Amino acid sequence: MDMSDRDIAVHVAGLKNGFGEQVVHDGLDLDVKRGEIIGVVGGSGTGKSVLMRSIIGLQTPQAGEVEVFGIPMIGREDTEAKSVRRRWGVLFQGGALFSTLTVAENVEVPLREYYPRLGEKLLDEIASYKIVMSGLAAEAGPKYPSELSGGMRKRAGLARALALDPELLFLDEPTAGLDPIGAAAFDELIKSLQQTLGLTVFLITHDLDTLYAICDRVAVLADRKVIAVGTIEELLALDHPWIQEYFNGPRGRLAADSADRLREGELDEAQADKARQQQAAAEATAGGA
Amino acid sequence: MSGPADFTLDEQGDGKGGGGTLRFTGSLTLSRLRDLPERLEGVRASAIDISGIDRMDTVGAWIVHRAARDGDVPIEGADEGHARLLEQVSAADQPVKMRPDTRTPFLRVLGQVGDWVVGAGHTLYGLIGFFGAVMVAFGAIIRHPRRFRFNAVSRQFEVVGVEALGIIGLMSLLVGVVIAQQGAVQLRQFGAEVFTINLIGRMTLRELGVLMTAIMVAGRSGSAFAAQLGSMKLAEEVDAMRTIGVSPMEALVVPRVLSSVILMPLLGFYAALMGIIGGGLLCWISLDIPPATFVQRIREVVPITDLWIGLLKAPVFGAIIAMSGCYQGMQVKGNAEEVGLRTTAAVVQGIFLVIVLDAFFAVFFTLLGWI
Repeated sequence: MDMSDRDIAVHVAGLKNGFGEQVVHDGLDLDVKRGEIIGVVGGSGTGKSVLMRSIIGLQTPQAGEVEVFGIPMIGREDTEAKSVRRRWGVLFQGGALFSTLTVAENVEVPLREYYPRLGEKLLDEIASYKIVMSGLAAEAGPKYPSELSGGMRKRAGLARALALDPELLFLDEPTAGLDPIGAAAFDELIKSLQQTLGLTVFLITHDLDTLYAICDRVAVLADRKVIAVGTIEELLALDHPWIQEYFNGPRGRLAADSADRLREGELDEAQADKARQQQAAAEATAGGA
Repeated sequence: MSGPADFTLDEQGDGKGGGGTLRFTGSLTLSRLRDLPERLEGVRASAIDISGIDRMDTVGAWIVHRAARDGDVPIEGADEGHARLLEQVSAADQPVKMRPDTRTPFLRVLGQVGDWVVGAGHTLYGLIGFFGAVMVAFGAIIRHPRRFRFNAVSRQFEVVGVEALGIIGLMSLLVGVVIAQQGAVQLRQFGAEVFTINLIGRMTLRELGVLMTAIMVAGRSGSAFAAQLGSMKLAEEVDAMRTIGVSPMEALVVPRVLSSVILMPLLGFYAALMGIIGGGLLCWISLDIPPATFVQRIREVVPITDLWIGLLKAPVFGAIIAMSGCYQGMQVKGNAEEVGLRTTAAVVQGIFLVIVLDAFFAVFFTLLGWI
């Protein structure tokens, strides 16, 4: 390894996972550098979520090692893992909010768990700015998850994931199911959090716009391993059929074009929104087909 | 490694009455805050300097922002990253409603009573409506017999009936033993021990066999119906069925209601038999009445109407239990807690209605002259 342990937030080596006969991962290696946003892509069923669950300890792998902040995570006692756990935040696909607690209470759960001394007033204040920061309306605090839309649930989930000011953030398809404007705002939010807090973000996504907009590197999962890691340019230089199809397919190119134009500043906000809406329309038709 | 979060207050000039610069030092992060927020209470400053801190997260930024906001003082010495963080936090400083509105206890109790009354009314109304919907679904199946789901019904037969045989048998056997034992003790005082057999035969066939079975079925299957349908409702499976064009009433409710209606008389009769066997065993062991005599006496003292009464009540009880289970299950919406509440409600409601109806039946059959 050419990088020292301090630069690596997550180190996965020789990971093997399987359910019964079916092998999901076999000899999977992946290093996530500190401070980067790494996008994890792969076809459906390639084990992106299983990889995340293995790293955060919800799934015990059959073989391999997982280190987070240089601390081995496999076979740990729950109490030992706790000290690492408070340094990360996880946003599950559906938000995974506690359905019997309000949004504000949901955000306060990790704070109460780890910092019981904070006091009600400060707790409420922290929860309230986290709620606003995550892009929720101020009225969302006393609502129960069942009263929220899918997008709002995701934002509330993010607010809870960010409650402890984590160094490492796991996001499982954060923009799936959001409208394009909301998805772009979510991307910006994550980017700005990463820049201001020096967050490391492990991002599972199918959203090509997100990949182009905020990911420093992209890891491609296929054939039960990570077949490539790198910037999108580096990946495009590879001659792997799946990668080529993924980024050079009709949607990949659309996302690349709009990302380019955004970068060159030729596109003002209105046009950007139009492009996103077009893509959303394209997704809708593709989804309907 | 940097030190924990701390602050100092420069005493400049006037000292008291809020002068001086508040200087933060160390790591202004959630994990290193310790008691800083408490110590910061009531500290007044004319300026805030954060050039001395080495790390800051959003909680730290919030503390600084709050101190600056409350004292209306400027923040100095922020580097680019810290300034951006402060900017983000202050942008997020909006009045957020944290809790649902609370009411005074008196109003709350009053409201709860009102809610109960309205809720009970709704449940009654809903149950009657549900009964109608079940009847309509039965009618539709009778008109289109091909829509009858034989597999679902036979599966429910197994779950509601076959798998319950062990526990219902054991329970009824023990109930029979208890009736015989208690009956014998009391009747002995009048020298009328022999009437224990009447007691066992009539009690089990007429009342207890069916009633105890109904309670057991409500606990086992009524709750299961509510929980199954409730989870399916939460996972939008029921909605998916509707959009595909499958009627949930026909696919989910009818098989459950039908299997309960058919199985309750069978289970009730089986329970009565087991009760008689239990009573017979006790009579044999403690009263020295041989089994042959016991059976002979049972045939003489138990009128056939007792059997009819038991068997007529059973399908009605089955229908009530299954319908309240399915009705409560279909009412689930929102969250997982609701499934639990509805399951409880299904069992309580099922048993309550069964006992109320049993009382009506008792009066009704007596008036018919079946005594």
